[in-house]
Amino acid sequence: MTWADLFHTGWDAIRTHKLRSMLTSLGILIGIAAVVLTVGLGQGAQQKVSKQLAALGGNLLIVTPGSSTSGGVRGGLGSASTLTLADATALTSKTAAPDVGGVAPVLQRSESLVNGSTNWTTTVVGTTASWLPVRGRTLASGRFISAADESSGAAVTVLASDTAAELFGPLDPVGQSVTINGVPYQVIGVLTSAGSDSTTNLDDQAILPFSTASQRLVGGTDRTSVGTIYVKAVSDGRLSAAYQETNAILGYRHAITSSSTSDFTITTQQSLISTTSSVDKTLTNLLIGIAALSLLVGGIGVMNIMLVSVKERTREIGLRKALGGTPALIRRQFLSEASMLGLTGGLLGVALGVGGAVVLRHFISNPIAISVPWVLIAIGVAITIGIGFGVYPAARAARLSPIDALRSE
Amino acid sequence: MGSALTADAPTQPSQPSPARSTPVIELAGVHKVYRTGSLEVEALRGISLTISQGEYVAVMGPSGSGKSTLMHILGCLDVPTSGMYWLAGEDVGVMDEIELAEIRNRRVGFVFQQFNLLPSLTALRNVEMPLAYGGVPRERRRRQATAALERVGLGDRLAHRPGELSGGQQQRVAVARALVTDPALLLADEPTGNLDSSASEEVLSLFGELHRQGRTVVLITHEADIARRAQRIVRLRDGAIA
Repeated sequence: MTWADLFHTGWDAIRTHKLRSMLTSLGILIGIAAVVLTVGLGQGAQQKVSKQLAALGGNLLIVTPGSSTSGGVRGGLGSASTLTLADATALTSKTAAPDVGGVAPVLQRSESLVNGSTNWTTTVVGTTASWLPVRGRTLASGRFISAADESSGAAVTVLASDTAAELFGPLDPVGQSVTINGVPYQVIGVLTSAGSDSTTNLDDQAILPFSTASQRLVGGTDRTSVGTIYVKAVSDGRLSAAYQETNAILGYRHAITSSSTSDFTITTQQSLISTTSSVDKTLTNLLIGIAALSLLVGGIGVMNIMLVSVKERTREIGLRKALGGTPALIRRQFLSEASMLGLTGGLLGVALGVGGAVVLRHFISNPIAISVPWVLIAIGVAITIGIGFGVYPAARAARLSPIDALRSE
Repeated sequence: MGSALTADAPTQPSQPSPARSTPVIELAGVHKVYRTGSLEVEALRGISLTISQGEYVAVMGPSGSGKSTLMHILGCLDVPTSGMYWLAGEDVGVMDEIELAEIRNRRVGFVFQQFNLLPSLTALRNVEMPLAYGGVPRERRRRQATAALERVGLGDRLAHRPGELSGGQQQRVAVARALVTDPALLLADEPTGNLDSSASEEVLSLFGELHRQGRTVVLITHEADIARRAQRIVRLRDGAIA
């Protein structure tokens, strides 16, 4: 009896009782379908997040001012803007920071934008031309702020898509003007939509040249103070190198001798992943629950039907023993039959799971990714359940005495 | 599983393995006691019996005489409580469950009253089954099983399932299955018990033919006119040879 013979025999038994085998594998079928869907949802959400991160600049470092010390009194975190435009410029050095691909200093203010009788309060971002590639954004129309706008302190602005829609409705805002703090700004471009990260709507902001924003909106004497510096690494793999370089350059410039006295903080977008990967937790938990329960019930179903099968085929077992079947071979025969019940349930479950994913796609916002390794793991689990719950019935078959088995009706 | 099957064509009865002088069956003072709770039943009370190569023996006796018990012991389905049993020179009494399965596979060909064919398998695959347990490769299995079915006159029924065959044909498939491993002993337990008279005749003349070709046949029956067809009749009464 080779394994091929055993599986042939097992398959015969399953085929002979098609309906019964189908019903038996139903529990495993539903369980595996739920596993495929759960994993698909999780991976889909992960893919969505990483796609979002890539779009927003996944290899991004965010430098924010830390605490300041003035007259012996340490202020709280972010109490003073210790970062300057010169810090940002220093980071663009190709020799000191070879792993830094782009640097965008940012000043942020909440301001009211007015177009005629419409007004809209939004985040006004003062930055340089490098903001666009560093944040991984693109333009829907018009142009972005240029180095010339920056040096002349031009009164121009680029609107994000939602902001443009709020102020101008369906009209093209490029060439129009909006008023901020009583000063008219010409709209020179509109950003393409980027959705939102965990906390901010990335499509609701107005971009100004850094110099314009610091002169007209912040005012005061400190015109080089920067709210945040975005640093983009040349590639994902160089992010930690870029981190080291940024930390070293700023530490040197700020004469920081130990990390406890550091007056800036560098964070990465990795922290975003955890917050953004908010898959529908309820749905996932529900599916995991269904999967676990179904697989348990399915396993018990396999055990039950295998016990019935052993009972029904007592004579067959007796005959097989009379013809030379050893207990080990009889046990193997029933184990392979149980594993094939599991396999049947697993294959049908994968089919149902993939089908369910295709249908669910139209009803939920999260994408569902079907991954081949997970499908194979799911099928493996199904087979394992079949074997696991087949052990007891198979042992009973192997223990039967050939005489009693042959005598049975 | 041993691959002790060396003969290629089951139609050619081979000499019993050790030597011609070795009896196929040698029972010496065999007792079998069954214990059910506190009750002890002595089914066999000291059976001594020798059956030589090529003999056709009928074991006869009324029900309760120990026929079935003797058949189980002869077929290595059970071992004696005391006494010795050599099958083709091998001491069966000392064998464990696995060794018993192996000797049944190599040395005994069973024919049962209820045919005991698997209904979902074709005649060919039914006949192949003992070869599969004997570890014979697929190709040789097919060849030997085909030859065995041709031997019993069912060469044109290889792909038929038992349900598509008459009772007599089914029992001939069972005989082919018993022959296919070229066993030392052909053990038939009431082989015509479920057959009408013409099918019985079909099967019994097949046993007669096999005997003439040198097979050792032991036939267990309670019918005198069936037993008369054998060379020798062993009568059992109350667990002993009468």
